[in-house]
Amino acid sequence: MLEIKNLQAKIGEKQILNGIDLKVNAGEVHAIMGPNGSGKSTLASVLAGREDYEVINGTVQFNGKDLLELEPSDRAAEGIFLAFQYPVEIPGVSTINFMKTAVNKIRHYRGQSPLDAVAFLQLMKEKMKLVEIDQSLLSRSLNEGFSGGEKKRNEIFQMAMLEPKLAILDETDSGLDIDALKIVAHGVNSLRSKNNATIVVTHYQRLLDYTVPDFVHVLYKGKIVKSGTKELAKELEAKGYDWIKNEAALV
Amino acid sequence: MTTATETFFKSIQESNVPSYFSEGQAIRETAFQRLLEIGLPSNKSEEYRFTPISKTLEKKLVWETSTQASTLSSIEPFLIPGLDAHLIVLINGTFAKQFSNLGELENSVTVTTFAEADTQTKETIVKQLGSLNKSEDAFSLLNTAFYQEGIFIHVPKNTVVAKPFLILHINNAQQTQVVSHTRLLVIVENGSAVSVIEKSDSVGAHPCFHTFTEEIIVGEDATFDYCKVQNDSGLIHQVSNTTLSQSNTSKVNTFTLTLNGQLIRNNLSIVIDGEHCESHFHGLYLVTGNTLVDNHTVVDHQKPNSFSNELYKGIMDENSKGVFNGKIYVRPHAQKTNAFQSNRNILMSESATINTKPQLEIWADDVKCSHGCTTGQLDDEALFYLQARGIPYDSAKAMLLYAFALDVVALIKNDTLKSYVDGLITERLHRNF
Repeated sequence: MLEIKNLQAKIGEKQILNGIDLKVNAGEVHAIMGPNGSGKSTLASVLAGREDYEVINGTVQFNGKDLLELEPSDRAAEGIFLAFQYPVEIPGVSTINFMKTAVNKIRHYRGQSPLDAVAFLQLMKEKMKLVEIDQSLLSRSLNEGFSGGEKKRNEIFQMAMLEPKLAILDETDSGLDIDALKIVAHGVNSLRSKNNATIVVTHYQRLLDYTVPDFVHVLYKGKIVKSGTKELAKELEAKGYDWIKNEAALV
Repeated sequence: MTTATETFFKSIQESNVPSYFSEGQAIRETAFQRLLEIGLPSNKSEEYRFTPISKTLEKKLVWETSTQASTLSSIEPFLIPGLDAHLIVLINGTFAKQFSNLGELENSVTVTTFAEADTQTKETIVKQLGSLNKSEDAFSLLNTAFYQEGIFIHVPKNTVVAKPFLILHINNAQQTQVVSHTRLLVIVENGSAVSVIEKSDSVGAHPCFHTFTEEIIVGEDATFDYCKVQNDSGLIHQVSNTTLSQSNTSKVNTFTLTLNGQLIRNNLSIVIDGEHCESHFHGLYLVTGNTLVDNHTVVDHQKPNSFSNELYKGIMDENSKGVFNGKIYVRPHAQKTNAFQSNRNILMSESATINTKPQLEIWADDVKCSHGCTTGQLDDEALFYLQARGIPYDSAKAMLLYAFALDVVALIKNDTLKSYVDGLITERLHRNF
């Protein structure tokens, strides 16, 4: 589904990604872990198409398409979803209207007819249940005055609405208490299928207790320095990142 | 007087004031004399620092008030679709009876042109004319000296006028340039309510210069809703002077929407001469091309315990220019005043500009006043967020701009008007931004 080869990217003059190779198949969950500043969020942003970053080398294929050539909105329409680490507050735009526009723009891209009000409402009700989010929250301005947990739940709600092929969760667990974490993880898990894939970007192991990854990769200084199974995440939790840094220094 | 030698002002000096509504002749003459003394504002004038109107008039127009009859076959394109209103149409500054339709008015509500008013009403008009507008603004004086038509609306005590008045100002510059001056006087007596919409449009490839002056007296416990829609062609130069006075416990809502024009200057002045008054005045300017829009507002709190809230927002694209100046006066007696002001702007291009200036003068010591102005670009982070959800760049931009503009429209009570205004904004944001 996703194939990243030798991806290098910089922001300003600073190179952050130094050659990432990663292959994600449908049905898989990959966790990308690593210490602060290792480039985890940069990778997520580059995949979603954030303009601040300049790709200087490498390729990203997504279902046979050159992802880096696509506009951010087209990437979303192709099935990429980025759950933001810091969801943006947008006064004056309600989540409902925003989602209605997003769903129908994506449908338009795919050559489908727009959902009518009834069908949209039905879809929304169904997905609201999944992440236990209240309709009154969704009628309000997007994320404005939402608590940290509400914002993250709103991200997962949007993900449920858009049914992406590849979901990238950027530090979705940060700032969540344990109950919110469970709800978010439950949402993520219920959306897993053999047709879609998930990349969980996280600093900690805790989300991975609920959303169990098939593969764990450790990012350090803009490169994947170690890959393994869920056991690797547990090891990192127990031992911290220093041994990885030491190991990387030896290579 | 630096402008005295200029052709435009020289022609004004040499012209005779109209004889329309002879009862008001003395007022005309006084205004004319004062205008001759002060001249048109030069580029050194503080009040017109960013708005070089005299120079533009000099360059673009000949001073000659239009007298030609209308050649319009229909006013359909200028109406607000579906709006049930008392319709007053002025074309090139002259009342167009054939297009106007006052419909059924509530008991003893008076609507008349100044010239056609009965003797008693004429006395009222003369008494009130210029009583509010003491402005030393040259264009206000010019209007008082040269207005070709005046509309008078009188709402007697305890009368709620159900339908709004729609006053259409159409300047038809298809054949030749247009210079027109119109006037409105509204008296809303105690306990009454009325809503007035003034919409100005222009057609044709020749330049226009239009001044209009409105004086609105809002009695005790009365409500006045006012909406101005300026959606002219790109060749109009327009100066409006709107003065409102409020008595005890009255409510005033004003909304000024500017979408187009060459040079638009709106002077809006609210005198709160009563206690427990409430005034909201909102403005929105969405401009592009070479349009210059200048909103100068004054709120004068003369009595205690009143509330005023001002919110003006602007989006400027291409080479357009915005000017905002908001004065708030709180007089020594006006204790417990709450006065708020906010002006927010988005610049969409490198060459668009905004000059914004709040001016608060507070003589009372127990008041709550605040002001703020911001100027910025669209939030890139928000734009990316919307795009990352599948909304293409242009739609995302329009969505954010629409959201930015939207809260200013909230004051409009009439649903038809509201959806019309909403449509204008949507169309503008999708079309040009």
